[in-house]
Amino acid sequence: MSAVLELRDAALGYDGRVLWSGLDLDVEPGEFVAVLGANGSGKTSLLRAVLGLQPLTSGTLRVGGRPARRGDRAIGYVPQQRRLEPTTPMRAKDVVRQGLDGHRWGIGRPGRVGWDQVARALEAVEATSYADVPVGVLSGGEQQRVRIAQALVADPSLLLCDEPLLSLDLASQRTVTTLVDRRRREHGSGVLFVTHEINPVLPYVDRVLYLAGGRFSVGTVEEVLTSGTLSDLYDAPIEVVRTGGRILVAGIPDTPDNAHHHEHHHDHRGQVQEAAHG
Amino acid sequence: MAEVWQRIFDFSDYGELLGLVHNSLLAGAALGLVGGLVSWFVMMRDLPFAVHGISELSFAGASGALLLGANVVAGSLVGSLLAAAVIGGLGSRARDRNSIIGVLMPFGLGLGVLFLSLYQGRSANKFGLLTGQIVAIDDPQLAWLLATGAVVVVALLVMWRPLAFASTDPELAAARGVPVALLSPLFMLVLGLAVAISIQVIGALLVLSVICTPAAAAMRVTSSPRLVPLLSMGFGVVSVVGGILLALGSDVPISPYVTTISFLIYLVCRAIGPRVTAARVGAGRLRASRLPAR
Ligand SMILES: Nc1ncnc2c1ncn2[C@@H]1O[C@H](COP(=O)(O)OP(=O)(O)O)[C@@H](O)[C@H]1O
Ligand SMILES: [Mg+2]
Repeated sequence: MSAVLELRDAALGYDGRVLWSGLDLDVEPGEFVAVLGANGSGKTSLLRAVLGLQPLTSGTLRVGGRPARRGDRAIGYVPQQRRLEPTTPMRAKDVVRQGLDGHRWGIGRPGRVGWDQVARALEAVEATSYADVPVGVLSGGEQQRVRIAQALVADPSLLLCDEPLLSLDLASQRTVTTLVDRRRREHGSGVLFVTHEINPVLPYVDRVLYLAGGRFSVGTVEEVLTSGTLSDLYDAPIEVVRTGGRILVAGIPDTPDNAHHHEHHHDHRGQVQEAAHG
Repeated sequence: MAEVWQRIFDFSDYGELLGLVHNSLLAGAALGLVGGLVSWFVMMRDLPFAVHGISELSFAGASGALLLGANVVAGSLVGSLLAAAVIGGLGSRARDRNSIIGVLMPFGLGLGVLFLSLYQGRSANKFGLLTGQIVAIDDPQLAWLLATGAVVVVALLVMWRPLAFASTDPELAAARGVPVALLSPLFMLVLGLAVAISIQVIGALLVLSVICTPAAAAMRVTSSPRLVPLLSMGFGVVSVVGGILLALGSDVPISPYVTTISFLIYLVCRAIGPRVTAARVGAGRLRASRLPAR
């Protein structure tokens, strides 16, 4: 089978500043690729390029063999997001429904077909029990499941998740990662999973794309998350330690971007040490 | 005391009066429907302040038209659309938008007051633009109002799903191909039209009671994206038509009645809202727990 996502010699930057360049990456059907890197290294920008929201500076990008374009039905997307307002006037199933036909003009015809698909998507993420509950009153983990159902309801062949584990407790993190893993196993969707902690996805990742300082490294966890590769990437001595099935990284230098974006550190106090990027 | 009371409620000659306000009742019903519909999006997009800002410029346009002897509805449409274009064009971010509105609003009100002080005609017309009027709507004006209302409703029905999507999750909507950057100013223009209608019926100062309160009330009792707009339209019609019917027996302007009904509906919804939500959350989760495990 051909790759669901192909990047060839791709480069992206803003106003002359290069985020990354020379990127070659193929994501195969059913493959789980984790995207790691410090804040500001261009992880979200990569997803925006795949979605056709941000043109590459150079190189090519193909989704399912076609050039990237906005509104591609083949892509499911879970944007990075904070909690929804408690008074958001929608129930969980309405949020999922938007993933199906929220982009269409008009008010939509009443009918069962769409709602059946919505019900199946909610069932797949084990959220049937709160389908009729206003999304605003759901917990962070429950909301995240609903948003994954929203991304999956149109049956995408490529799933993009932007830091979907952020500010979730460990149990919810595990739920989200197993749901995504099950999806790619049962439906063969390729997955691009942006995270700044490798450990929650360690059991599932096939390959890692690590972005740092305008450069990148692609390969298996064993190839990329080593003291040698990361020290090379950051041009500074980095220590990678494996212990009890976990990976601990120490010595990531504070880039100017890091200094400006400390919110992640606060969200995950206590886990900074074990994050692939601290 | 009794005298004051009689000025507020006096229903002698009611049948005769009813005939005179036939046009206002029609305009009021249309405004209730349009306002209720628009206010759902106003709440979702967090635009109540914009509504107030647009209404002051709409007032300036209407009083300018009054002074020049031109069509008042057309004048308020021009004011509304100008304000909507400026706010929609310059303020895509909430902070920019609010400061632009804060600057426009007193300017519009001041301009309107200037035009009204220069105007030599009936003083009831003047006051009406600020606080609402009952008998001032003639046939051509009614036609204008109904046509404008129809444009608003059709535009909203066409934009319905993408606009709701762009309002709740702009980033995902954009990724899905929704023209988010286009919908935002488009909705502003539609909102401008709705405000222009309101000015003619309940006046510039109290537009929010028709284009905000109904949906705010409805959102307290349901989260269904179909039920909220329907309830909201119902609340809008009850407030405006009810307000006109009550104002008929008095020499007080109509807006106090409209705002009072609208506010009472909101209070009731707010009071019963938590119970309704708790019941629905509970029922939703309970029903699921009775399902066989899958
Ligand atoms: N639309 C844009 N215009 C200009 N600069 C941008 C834009 N989007 C992102 N950037 C900049 O590009 C860098 C990478 O951003 P992003 O892709 O969001 O990083 P990450 O998701 O890895 O934290 C940041 O320094 C950010 O400020
Ligand atoms: Mg990001």
